[in-house]
Amino acid sequence: MNYVIIGAGPAGVVAAETLRKNDPEGDITMISGEGASPYSRMAIPYFLTGKIEESGTHLRKAKDHYDSNSIKVIAENVSKVDTKKSTVTLSNGDSVSYDKLLIASGATPVKPPVPGLDRVGVHHCWTLEDAHNIVKHAVKGSDVVLMGAGFIGCIILESLLARGVNLTVVEAEDRMVPRMMNQIGGTMIKDWCIAKGANVLTSTRATSVDEADGKLAVTVDSGDVIPADLVVVATGVKSNTDFLDGTDIKMEDGILIDDHFRTNVDNVYAAGDCAKGREFNSDGWAVHAIQPTATEHGRIAAVNMTGGDCGQYRGSLSMNVLDTAGLVTASFGQWEGVGGDGVETVDKDNFRYMRLEFDKDDMLVGALSLGRTDQVGCIRGLIQARKPMGKWKARLLEDPNRIAEAYVGLSQ
Amino acid sequence: MAWTEKILRVDLTKGTCTDEALNMEWADQYLGQRGLATKYIVEETDPKVDPLSPDNMMIFATGPLTGTCTSTAGRYSVITKGALTGAIACSNSGGFFGNELKNAGYDMVIFQGASKKPVYLMIENGDCQLLDAAAHWGTSCWDTEESIKANHGDPMIRVASIGVSGEVGVKFACVVNDIDRAAGRSGVGTVMGSKNLKAVAVRGTLGVAVKDGDRLWEAAAAGKKVLADNAVTGQGLPAFGTQVLMNVINETGALPTRNHTGSQFEDAHAISAEAMAEPRASDGKPNLITNAACFGCTIACQRVSSVDRTHFSVKDRPEYQKASGGLEYEAAWALGAATGVNDLDALTFANFICNEQGFDPISFGATLGAAMEMFEKGIIGTNETGGVELKFGNAEALCAMAELTGKGEGFGAELGLGSKLLCEKYGHPELSMSVKGQEFPAYDSRGIQGMGLTYATSNRGACHLRSYTVASEVLGIPVKTDPLETEGKAGLVMAFQDATAAFDSAGVCIFTTFAWSAEDLAPQVDAACRGEWSAERLVETGERIWNMERQYNNAAGFTSADDNLPARLTTEAATSGPAEGKINGLAKMLPEYYEARGWTPDGVPTNETAQRLGL
Amino acid sequence: MQKSLHINPELCTGCVQCELACSYDNEGVFNPSKSRIKVFKFHDEGRFVPYTCTQCSDAWCQQACPVDAITLDAATGAKVVNDATCVGCKVCTIACPFGTVNYNADTGKVIKCDLCGGDPECAKACPTDAITFIDANWTGLGKMRDWAMKTDAGAQAGA
Repeated sequence: MNYVIIGAGPAGVVAAETLRKNDPEGDITMISGEGASPYSRMAIPYFLTGKIEESGTHLRKAKDHYDSNSIKVIAENVSKVDTKKSTVTLSNGDSVSYDKLLIASGATPVKPPVPGLDRVGVHHCWTLEDAHNIVKHAVKGSDVVLMGAGFIGCIILESLLARGVNLTVVEAEDRMVPRMMNQIGGTMIKDWCIAKGANVLTSTRATSVDEADGKLAVTVDSGDVIPADLVVVATGVKSNTDFLDGTDIKMEDGILIDDHFRTNVDNVYAAGDCAKGREFNSDGWAVHAIQPTATEHGRIAAVNMTGGDCGQYRGSLSMNVLDTAGLVTASFGQWEGVGGDGVETVDKDNFRYMRLEFDKDDMLVGALSLGRTDQVGCIRGLIQARKPMGKWKARLLEDPNRIAEAYVGLSQ
Repeated sequence: MAWTEKILRVDLTKGTCTDEALNMEWADQYLGQRGLATKYIVEETDPKVDPLSPDNMMIFATGPLTGTCTSTAGRYSVITKGALTGAIACSNSGGFFGNELKNAGYDMVIFQGASKKPVYLMIENGDCQLLDAAAHWGTSCWDTEESIKANHGDPMIRVASIGVSGEVGVKFACVVNDIDRAAGRSGVGTVMGSKNLKAVAVRGTLGVAVKDGDRLWEAAAAGKKVLADNAVTGQGLPAFGTQVLMNVINETGALPTRNHTGSQFEDAHAISAEAMAEPRASDGKPNLITNAACFGCTIACQRVSSVDRTHFSVKDRPEYQKASGGLEYEAAWALGAATGVNDLDALTFANFICNEQGFDPISFGATLGAAMEMFEKGIIGTNETGGVELKFGNAEALCAMAELTGKGEGFGAELGLGSKLLCEKYGHPELSMSVKGQEFPAYDSRGIQGMGLTYATSNRGACHLRSYTVASEVLGIPVKTDPLETEGKAGLVMAFQDATAAFDSAGVCIFTTFAWSAEDLAPQVDAACRGEWSAERLVETGERIWNMERQYNNAAGFTSADDNLPARLTTEAATSGPAEGKINGLAKMLPEYYEARGWTPDGVPTNETAQRLGL
Repeated sequence: MQKSLHINPELCTGCVQCELACSYDNEGVFNPSKSRIKVFKFHDEGRFVPYTCTQCSDAWCQQACPVDAITLDAATGAKVVNDATCVGCKVCTIACPFGTVNYNADTGKVIKCDLCGGDPECAKACPTDAITFIDANWTGLGKMRDWAMKTDAGAQAGA
């Protein structure tokens, strides 16, 4: 069997390893658009602060990891896929044929329609190359504007502050990490970041990036102009699927897959940030673009590709953990609520917040936590166990912080 | 090392919290907790101060071993001038509060002054704030603890609080931590209430370092082995708790019954450890659910109990049907034998109420016993008791009075005076079974002679935890002495008093002394603390502390006349059991004791003694 | 035969000597808050449950780690955090459905049980044998594993 994987992020690498585990004889080729050493975007903030070297971002640390597992890594971009001929065309013109193809091409950042984002000094923070550029310009005392306070923007916020820059954050929505936190939590993160020295402008849009006096100048919709040596654009990502143009593979905001991670085209599978898979605990399908979902996708897709059976896929749980300059926040599942009971405790002075959402069957379906690091994983355990909380529901409604106690009480 | 070397001074009048360095010279001399905190009180306050005035100081103190791996080393004490006694008070508590305070970066917290409005102190790793307690004032210890944890979003916060009894001035109010552990005696909670301080909440994650951790680990392991191999600490206490004593002491003829009118209780078995383990009729489950441990304790004597759901006290009251702290021997005696009540569930319920509203079950039960005797003698009637037939053995009356006392309502407010003031009020001071205003615990000194001297000379008023000669006189630890003999008891009491002061001040539980001598504790203190600590130095430190407490009490106005027992014990002979015909021989023991102590015949440490001890 | 921590809550008194042993061995000070094993207390029921990582074969923490900082110790079966590699991103702390991988803000790394290299201090310190270190197939981890299967998104069977 000849397996080809497009993408060498977490989904691609885990898929390659799982393929090898389940099919010791098959040929496995992994195509990496960003060099021969697959790395993790999650580690970029720590590279920015100098906590780790570039090698510290690598997904696997052993030098011969891929060789010793007979995983061939090709460092090229993919320009085209022909599902009729079962071939993948690389940007250097080479063609690679497959028996089974996994598309794990990840996501790519989007630029908002703001004039001037093509100027020198405007960067995304997505690739290692971006990171190198940021390191070069974000020096002590320099003016930096971060456009977008979503998850990606927030994970590099700390590194920018740590580099001693004058940081202004511009976010169009009314709070920070709007897709991860509600109004209360997002506002608490904002207050925290301001206390840590960032200038945070929410409900504010950048309208243009110009050049003036040898510096960049970001104009926002209030009319204010913010000078900048560096502008970092982190206003969201989209599935990286341009190279699939012209194929029959069905897509929405991501490649549509079934419960066996198959696309609508034979022998083509998809996983990770580019895939729209079943979502846990909702009737829907979603692109999560998070690390745990990427590795879970990669693993299950590979098992399916080798003919293994994982049973009915129950869907991936949306979850995030974020550290904004020392304030740790986490979100799980359907924290917006599904019409059941909800409870929250707010301690703004001490930056502690906990919100739980239950469904009508008294099962936990979502949670937000802020200022807590102990046993947060139990929240995932409780949501995915899908067990009614029994007497613990009443206790959690009294004090939602007793979540770990509830988990241990119910499971042990 | 071992000490954090930092204390927190809270001025409740000014509303300020200030860090200051621990006086390490004093720490070398007084070790920690009981000894060291008393030193601060001696140095900084007027011994004649009114216990309830803002000028009285109150200290929450840990010992140098608190928070380490030494078995039982999670303890703290509340040290102040006692509201019940007017003497130096030091009430010791287990649970998990003491180690948390140490982990938050403090050896002790000194409270001075009084707040104008109810406040609580929140300590988190060296960050300290006085916060408004208006929402907690008027609520129980249980509700206060739960709501502080919920409000701060951290179930791991430890809370020591007073209940309503402490707010309304019940003289024997305690400070309760971890739902059912208490700094119980002498009215330390009453002092806290007078300062408008509802609670101290602590979260500490800083860690406790010691001088030589590996050596402490080895020494602590050796100590744990001694505890495990000992019949009392390895088997008796874990299996039966302190309640193992109920039948034993009854058979010794030293179980004070019905306000000390008798010294054996015919229904002792019904309220004993054995009864707690027997399945009850209604649901086939025993009263006792399990044993439990305080921080770091390898003995685990705590009882966890529940009241029979069909019992009158908890019927239709689900909040009292849950498991909670069960009966210890002293509480079972005071709520049971002292009142003649033989209903185990009623005792357990009353004990829950003591924990919930924060008052001492020993003083409460003993005071109720005195009130019952007055009722039976016609000194008080239903006019005074709000219609309650306050007869010996009335279980309903016990439960009702516990609830009233917890809130200081009705006749509960009178019981809240303690037996001394209550009996004086009705013209019968001789019926108060107390010394220095504090009620006796569960040993009749006619049947265990050494305990008479223990009670009479205890620096905090009648108390078994200042020199537990029961160990020697009944259990044969470390050597068996005759409980009916007075000979040699002066020296025995003194030795127990000094050792106990050292153990308390180190931060370990006094129950270790069933198995440990100072020889077992010394290597652990020596590994943890700066300087060199031998058994001799520990005992000398204990003696220094004892004498310092005595000097404080003398300066507060106590004299040898206060080293006395109620006439009932020295003039009315026991009427049954091995001690039949016996009175307590305090008159013989006391002069011997003063002499052994190096005190004048008036009970004052001589200059020579004071100098020898560096006082 | 590989050994596992066997936990019998019935025997636990809640004394937390296990937490003291764990924190002393790992941190050099006595600090229950940094212990890899934690005793949960159910006061209303009179129940105490020591709780730590089961070194599950599925190891969500290991799979979720973006920098390969959690690896298998083949000798003990423990999933071990390599401090030099861990960047402190905390993804493992939300991925582990047992909540037994925790972030230590003092070091900026995560901490979890590593079985002390094959001689767990918690088991040695337990005075009541509530925690023992015994042959893996004798342990009562089944209960926790049952829950693990519920947690699983349907992925483990063939992986």
